[in-house]
Amino acid sequence: MTVTTQDSTRTITVPPEARRTPPPRRPGRRPLISFGHWWWALPAVAMVVGVHYLATLTGGFFAFTDWTGLGDWDFIGFGNFERIFRDPLLLGAVWNTLFLAFGSVILTNVFGLLFAIAINRMLKTRYILRTLLFMPVVLSPLAVAYVWKFIFDFNGPLNGFLGVIGLDGLQKVWLADPTWSIWAILITVVWQQTGFVMVIYLAGLASVPVEVEEAAAIDGAGVWGRFRHVVVPAIRPSIAIATTLGIIQGLRIFDQILALTGGGPAGATETLATQVYKQAFALGQFGFGSALALVLTVIILVFAILQQRITRDRSIGKV
Amino acid sequence: MFRYTKLTALREVAVWIATLIGLLPLYLLVVTALKPDQEVLTTSAIAPPSTVDFGAFIEVLTSTGRNSIPLSILNSVIITVGAIAGLVLLGSVTAYVIARRTRAWTNVTYYLVLIAIILPAQLGTVPLYIGARSVGLTGNALGMILLWIGILLPLSIFLYASFFRGLTTEYEEAAVIDGATPTQAFFRVVLPLMSPATGTVAILAGLIVWNDFFNSLIFLGGSETQTLPVAMYTYVGGLVSAWNKIFAVVIISMIPILAFYMFAQKRFIQGFAGGLKG
Repeated sequence: MTVTTQDSTRTITVPPEARRTPPPRRPGRRPLISFGHWWWALPAVAMVVGVHYLATLTGGFFAFTDWTGLGDWDFIGFGNFERIFRDPLLLGAVWNTLFLAFGSVILTNVFGLLFAIAINRMLKTRYILRTLLFMPVVLSPLAVAYVWKFIFDFNGPLNGFLGVIGLDGLQKVWLADPTWSIWAILITVVWQQTGFVMVIYLAGLASVPVEVEEAAAIDGAGVWGRFRHVVVPAIRPSIAIATTLGIIQGLRIFDQILALTGGGPAGATETLATQVYKQAFALGQFGFGSALALVLTVIILVFAILQQRITRDRSIGKV
Repeated sequence: MFRYTKLTALREVAVWIATLIGLLPLYLLVVTALKPDQEVLTTSAIAPPSTVDFGAFIEVLTSTGRNSIPLSILNSVIITVGAIAGLVLLGSVTAYVIARRTRAWTNVTYYLVLIAIILPAQLGTVPLYIGARSVGLTGNALGMILLWIGILLPLSIFLYASFFRGLTTEYEEAAVIDGATPTQAFFRVVLPLMSPATGTVAILAGLIVWNDFFNSLIFLGGSETQTLPVAMYTYVGGLVSAWNKIFAVVIISMIPILAFYMFAQKRFIQGFAGGLKG
């Protein structure tokens, strides 16, 4: 009897660190219960490996061949790439791709940040404004491009507006103009993507404490000073995300070009994405199309990595 | 110290003016689609229609033939719903196994998935097309659904995995102790708890698939089966300056997305800001 009583009192008084609680599960140990079945992952892993890895590797291999989809093919080394960098139309396409990517990143970030700052604090209708400004983002890029095709049409509202305010001299056939057609595409893209960038910045601005901004204001910092020294450091991660995603999206612009100009006039708005489509699928030059896709892929990866490094380095240098 | 002052009111008005000017293209879209054929050419683009005319919508929606708009809407719905169903099912079970089991192979799989999200898709398009064509998966909805599941699985697995990591294992442990099999524990206990993740996956995947033009153009090109964007592209190509009809098609393609957006705009915005970061 005494032994059992002693036993029970002892277990109660055992200090917490000496209690026989089960040790935390370590990786590799068999867990308490099995979580699903391991083969549940099989179909998805097979599809990811097939659609992403095998396809990309095969495409990288095609880039060094002259395959046309039918019959024999030869391994031609860098022949496709020499052809790309000798063709003025394709060099123009590389230039247009970069122009649209950087143009859209700069403009969407400027407008997106302006709208985000404008509606971030105090506005009574900020949620309605956010909903309205984000709306273009969810629409189909092709559908949006047709709306802008109407606006830029020779008999369309833009020329009509210029006529009304007495600037008839500026009226143009915007989408058939070798200089201005690419700007029309840029405006279409920027109009649709600004809301997306704004939402990223709104999420970043939510992390700026009101107290810090107020303290800076009381210490005599002006609007610019507060923006430069309080807001910008706090939203640096948002800047990195918005610019990286913008570059990646901007380098792949396709729908809007096909709808607005189809690459014309005379190739003035061709990009790598439209040329991949035309060479590989319209002309059946699978090898050459893959080479163009490889150039585009390398450009995307280089800028994505560069962008990550630049934004990260600056934040390290700041701290 | 930051209070609603006259200056704030002024800012609010200024932002509203900028927003309304920014959304002017959507106003032009609606008024032009509601004009009869004659008025499109004769009246100013800004002017509202003298009488609301649904003629353009009726003509577009009653079009028949191979790549007709009503048929393409049906195809788009089938492909979008099929892709979402596959992405929810495969993405959730795979993410569950990856997130809950801590073996070497699950970590390797997780990194494979993360890299696949970053990997640009362009280079794989030609081999995928050739592969799909050789097994008869081009030009039909099944091939398109499988393609989308393959393309978007990394995103779906990534979103589900981050949700599973934030959910304690106690729910399914309790279910198993009460006698449920692992399969029952997952589908009847864990998956219902994951409805926010399922919502995010469905919204992002639904938007991408419904709005896609590039992949549909390549994998369905020239076939009987067309999605709405490709049918729109073909249909508009046959119309010269018949803007009321073009815009009727454009509005029809936007309505389902906008209806969902108005219904769940917070989830859309958060899903976009959170989901595409990864």
